[in-house]
Amino acid sequence: MTSTYAVLSEGLEKRFGEVRALRGLDLAVAEGTVCGLLGPNGAGKTTAVRLLTTLLRPDTGSARVAGHDLVREAAEVRRRIGVTGQYASVDGDLTGRENLRLFARLHRVRGPAARADELLERFGLTEAADRPASTLSGGTRRRLDLAASLVRHPQVLFLDEPTTGLDPAGRARIWDAVRELKSQGTTVLLTTQYLEEADQLADDIALVDHGRVAHTGSPAELKAAVGAQAVAVVADADALPGAAAVLDRLTGARPSLDAERRTVAALTRDTTLTLPRLVRELDAAGVPLLDASIRPPTLDDVFLRLTDRAVAGTAEVAA
Amino acid sequence: MSALAYDGTVLLGRQLRRLRNNPGLVILTQTMPVTMLLFFGYVFGSALAMPGEQYRSFLVPGLLVATAANGLMTGMFQAAQDVHRGVTDRLRTLPVSRAAVPLGQAAADLVVTAAGTVPFLLVGLLVGWRVEGSAAAAAGALGLLLLFRFACTWAGILLGLLSRSEEAAGQLGSATFMLPLLSNAYIPVDGMPGWLRALAEWNPISALTTALRDLFGNAPVPSGAAWPVAHPVAGSLVWCAVLIAVCAPLAVRRYARA
Repeated sequence: MTSTYAVLSEGLEKRFGEVRALRGLDLAVAEGTVCGLLGPNGAGKTTAVRLLTTLLRPDTGSARVAGHDLVREAAEVRRRIGVTGQYASVDGDLTGRENLRLFARLHRVRGPAARADELLERFGLTEAADRPASTLSGGTRRRLDLAASLVRHPQVLFLDEPTTGLDPAGRARIWDAVRELKSQGTTVLLTTQYLEEADQLADDIALVDHGRVAHTGSPAELKAAVGAQAVAVVADADALPGAAAVLDRLTGARPSLDAERRTVAALTRDTTLTLPRLVRELDAAGVPLLDASIRPPTLDDVFLRLTDRAVAGTAEVAA
Repeated sequence: MSALAYDGTVLLGRQLRRLRNNPGLVILTQTMPVTMLLFFGYVFGSALAMPGEQYRSFLVPGLLVATAANGLMTGMFQAAQDVHRGVTDRLRTLPVSRAAVPLGQAAADLVVTAAGTVPFLLVGLLVGWRVEGSAAAAAGALGLLLLFRFACTWAGILLGLLSRSEEAAGQLGSATFMLPLLSNAYIPVDGMPGWLRALAEWNPISALTTALRDLFGNAPVPSGAAWPVAHPVAGSLVWCAVLIAVCAPLAVRRYARA
């Protein structure tokens, strides 16, 4: 059973003084897949990664990473993982090349110099190779961090918020690198605050809230569970109730009204509700429509909806 | 070669490379003792009862030990930097022997200290300091000096790993310049009030300084001193052994803690 999961944790708990950072984290990441740990700040994502990368010891619970027990076989785990996170950094006083050589040597890679050059080439770091890492731009530095965690082809790669603070181009380069790793069979556990990032990269998403996994599923399942948001902007506040009635009929959900912005919005899980249909129905009802959209759920939508359900204890979402 | 020796050597190389990338810092730390020798030797020396040349001979061993005690500051600062910039965590996720990171740091520090001692002693010779005892005793003095540096670095590493932030470590580190002031490194302690003299003589820096003065033949062991100063070589060895025995295991444990 363990052979098919690159990461398998049961009931991981971690307490810092009064704060219960993890309250029984159960996580299963199949080999060769990308799993996104999604959740707001303080949900326990980073603590989960720090536990799974041997940086912290769990209070209770157990986990196997790359086929080895996290606590009893920590050294074996460390041989098989790569870690990139805001807290696991390269040495700013060393150049890119020196950093990669250092980590290759510590990983006992044969030919550390050649391996460093290979990674510099692959991540477009040749220009940065001989500058101290502390002088590199955010995006370049992050690529160097990623390269440093790959010196010895890890079985499981942990990426803790790999693109936080990067510009779109920098983000795209990291995403490309993650896709390439996945195509080579590396298992990736990624934490992110961006739904789009999880959507782009992850096969499965584990939604983390209050120190446990509140929900798991593929990005499509997750979005289907929350649905899209149908929005109508009307010309006149008097038209709001009319628009709301149409949205109510189409979505079956209770619309929310914003009188100041003259906007009505309702969540829908009906995939047959298209924008032309929304517009036709509103127009047929005589609503003075200025703007309309059906937009995908934001992280806020997903999070509020799914964690509310999880707290309420219903299993409806898992369908 | 054992894993610890291999990892330690790689990490020693890392520290030396860091210093090579920061030549300004190296020049500053290496010229500071020379500057202090010239400043103290000629400015303070002119105001003391001791003749200038005799004071400078007295001062050279004191400054050597005071500089070695800076291992506390350097060790603390480097360890705190690594902890708070995420390098320690990166290293802790690697299959690296747990003791190798602090050991590599302490060993690299020793190499730099040994190299820095040479120009300082050359300036010492220029201002009148001499080895007045045997060559073997002088070699023993240098050995003691490096052992003390090693011990201070371990204490610094422990404090750096425990530090709350880089700034806190920096502030605490710069406060350590006070330590040699309360010892016999710069001035004889005979004139101090009894309680202050006792405090100064139980400062490890005093035992080390007295041992170096004795082994170099620069000044005799003062009479009526506290035990570590009255038996300076034994006292120095005990101080170093205690510092290393306490700080090194705690630092390694702190580093490995999960």
